[in-house]
Amino acid sequence: MSTELMAGKRGLIMGLANDKSIAWGIAKACADAGAELAFSYQGEALLKRVNPLAEQLGSDIVIPCDVGDEASIDALFDELKKRWGKLDFIVHAIGFSDKNELRGRYVDTTRGNFQMSMDISVYSFTAVVQRAEKLMTDGGSCLTLTYYGAEKVMPHYNVMGVAKAALEASVRYLAEDLGKDGIRVNAISAGPIKTLAASGIGDFRYIMKWNEYNAPLRRTVNIEDVGNSALYLLSDLGSGTTGEVLHVDAGYHVVGMKAVDAPDISKS
Amino acid sequence: MSDVADRVKKIVVEHLGVEEDKVTDSASFIDDLGADSLDTVELVMAFEEEFGIEIPDDAAETIQTFGDAVKFIDEAAA
Repeated sequence: MSTELMAGKRGLIMGLANDKSIAWGIAKACADAGAELAFSYQGEALLKRVNPLAEQLGSDIVIPCDVGDEASIDALFDELKKRWGKLDFIVHAIGFSDKNELRGRYVDTTRGNFQMSMDISVYSFTAVVQRAEKLMTDGGSCLTLTYYGAEKVMPHYNVMGVAKAALEASVRYLAEDLGKDGIRVNAISAGPIKTLAASGIGDFRYIMKWNEYNAPLRRTVNIEDVGNSALYLLSDLGSGTTGEVLHVDAGYHVVGMKAVDAPDISKS
Repeated sequence: MSDVADRVKKIVVEHLGVEEDKVTDSASFIDDLGADSLDTVELVMAFEEEFGIEIPDDAAETIQTFGDAVKFIDEAAA
């Protein structure tokens, strides 16, 4: 990979939890290509994990942020402004829902968890883009993560599917609003990857197997796959692309039924 | 000590950064070995990966000690 691709670019990574995180795959790809990074985290448990990873990529900017709190988001961007003055890209890898509602029926979703899921998984992206816009004085690129459960019904994904659909729609509206200033807004729809967040989703191993057997590439994707595609959207390689939901799912989203050669598998 | 116990111990020692002799059968991940709630999820994920098994949430909640983990994996991998 060219080390020039992201040279001189500065970006914020939100939602890193550990070295299995999709945010980690993206951060590594950006750092390898020469980008300078800052990280946000929520809570002490995550700080302890983010610190050594940030250090590994030569970053000493690790800032707390609770995306449910406007003042906390303001403080994050104030700090970035102080440290860097301007910003070139942001990566939003944040979502939340009560995991008791990531199994069973969508119809049983509670109002409280619906609102929480939409607030943290959808509005938080708009809220950070709103602040990032002001620092992206030479244009920029904003990226969020979504999943095919936004488009089609996936087992157990439930209210997160509804939230991701709203997130994808917000990507399109944000792209229109910010396009005039040369700021691009895109999403990556990644295939299932066993991350800390995925551990909250029921029957995940079954979902992974099904994807592996039926995706055109006959495999699941990993955080390096997502990192490489993110690099395209975050760098000038993606200069003509905005408002896009890019599938990085080994092609799974084009499939209409079980592959003839896929073994029959049942949950157990 | 069984092969499973050795492999589980190796994961616990590496992940939590604790001394090997602290990892006894009755050692609680949270109370004795300093794990936080994310550590417990990460440990379960590491066990799943190492042994190629699935540990459902309700089972994961019953795995409080090193001995619990070895017992569960011994049975699941058998």
